Amino acid sequence: MSGAANQPLLVVSDLHVYYGAIHAIKGISLEVNEGEIVTLIGANGAGKSTTLNTIAGLLKPRSGHVHLRGQEITGLGASRVVPQGLSLCPEGRRVFQQLTVRENLEMGGYTRPAGEIDASLQEMYQRFPRLKEREKQIAGTLSGGEQQMLAMARALMSKPTILMLDEPSMGLAPILVEQIFSIITELHASGVTILLVEQNAQMALSVANRAYVMETGSITMQGEAIELMHSEEVQKAYLGS
Amino acid sequence: MVSFLSHLFNGISLGSVYAIIALGYSMVYGIAKMLNFAHGDVIMVGAYVCFSALQYWHLPPIVGVLISIVLCTVLGMLIERLAYKPLRQSTSLAVLITAIGVSYLLQNLALLIWGANNKVFTSIVPFDALRLFGGELVISGESIATVVCGVAIMIGLNAFVRRTKMGKSMRAVSEDKNAAELMGINVNRTISMTFAIGSALAAVAGVLLCSTYPTLTPTTGSMPGIKAFTAAVFGGIGSIPGAMLGGVLLGVIEILGKAYISTELGDALVFAVLIIVLLFKPSGLLGKPVREKV
Repeated sequence: MSGAANQPLLVVSDLHVYYGAIHAIKGISLEVNEGEIVTLIGANGAGKSTTLNTIAGLLKPRSGHVHLRGQEITGLGASRVVPQGLSLCPEGRRVFQQLTVRENLEMGGYTRPAGEIDASLQEMYQRFPRLKEREKQIAGTLSGGEQQMLAMARALMSKPTILMLDEPSMGLAPILVEQIFSIITELHASGVTILLVEQNAQMALSVANRAYVMETGSITMQGEAIELMHSEEVQKAYLGS
Repeated sequence: MVSFLSHLFNGISLGSVYAIIALGYSMVYGIAKMLNFAHGDVIMVGAYVCFSALQYWHLPPIVGVLISIVLCTVLGMLIERLAYKPLRQSTSLAVLITAIGVSYLLQNLALLIWGANNKVFTSIVPFDALRLFGGELVISGESIATVVCGVAIMIGLNAFVRRTKMGKSMRAVSEDKNAAELMGINVNRTISMTFAIGSALAAVAGVLLCSTYPTLTPTTGSMPGIKAFTAAVFGGIGSIPGAMLGGVLLGVIEILGKAYISTELGDALVFAVLIIVLLFKPSGLLGKPVREKV
């Protein structure tokens, strides 16, 4: 724990989210410390994406709080959360299909001063050389793996202190999944704090420090990633053994 | 031959007005995903404001045009803020009906302010007609001004959406609002800006239209509004070059149709062409097929 005054970077407390009458998130609390990779695993429809979308400000919780570095960001709205240093790379990549790769990255840096964009672009091109090659191409013409890299690079363009990744491996070939996860490890090594939502529990637990397990809108288990990987329940439910 | 050229040029000129209006329709549709049927009436307001500035306050034409642009911009943003923004989460039918309501509101406000009598708009175009082929082909100054404005607006707008940060963020919002918001883009402000630009263009269109066709009534904007909407759909709604192409083609078809086929059927012809194009290319000439997001 290296955060100022031993305070976790991100604190979610007793979050309740509804879709109309449906109680999607039933009082979730979680914490992410600076420098950690924390993963949120669970079956389809457990509410993982809803949790991330609520933290990012796309959804308004009925009650509960989200604090970033001790500051309340609940209900601010996504566009005002980004400059606070929190960035979400959404499920299904959601790159701007009709914008070029470069324009997508520029949009990622929307909240940053114009003078800093170029340096960040070069940084992204160094980390993802493939994007440099495709700089002027329309993003819709990229392969799934390339789009995922673009989505991650785009999310990093805002220089977040915490990056939330929603199913980055979804729909990718195994070799690309390996690649995405090695990028996640690299990002972590370079000092980015990561909150990772994954269905690929095996991979997620292998890179994470800590993990939360979600089931139908609640957190049912939490702990060190290694412990959870070896726990019988997790093995049975999510690791298929 | 000369009369054909003359009709053709008139068609291009009328088409440029449609195109300028269609740009407003198309941009608003692209970003707010709604059909702003009050757009045509903003044209009418723009023309009335310019008329008043010239006729009652005796201001120079260029000042009249600028006042008209500023007022319409504010009006457009106001309409969006008061009538459409509260309905952001509602069904598209509710928004559509509201737009029609705003359209009637504007028409009746104009009736209240400027009365039911026709006003005769004095052209703001200061230069004379161009005479070619020894005076046989006359191209009016208004036509030339309209076409020049149309081309300039098209080039300017294209550069704006391609090159500027604001323009790029508009394209991003038009494609995926949530993803745009995750970039830190203020979607509400972007939508408001789009209405501002569309309404400013409507003011220009109103002034140009009434310079060529000088009769001004509270319903002056409806027919050009509907034709421009047709032009936007024809060219591919949401696409800026599409709106321009659709507008010009529609103007040419209308004028040539009226000249060579039937004066009465000119308008019907316009809509017939739309139906035919939509049968074969439902997304319009330059429109991209829409993929439903899962």
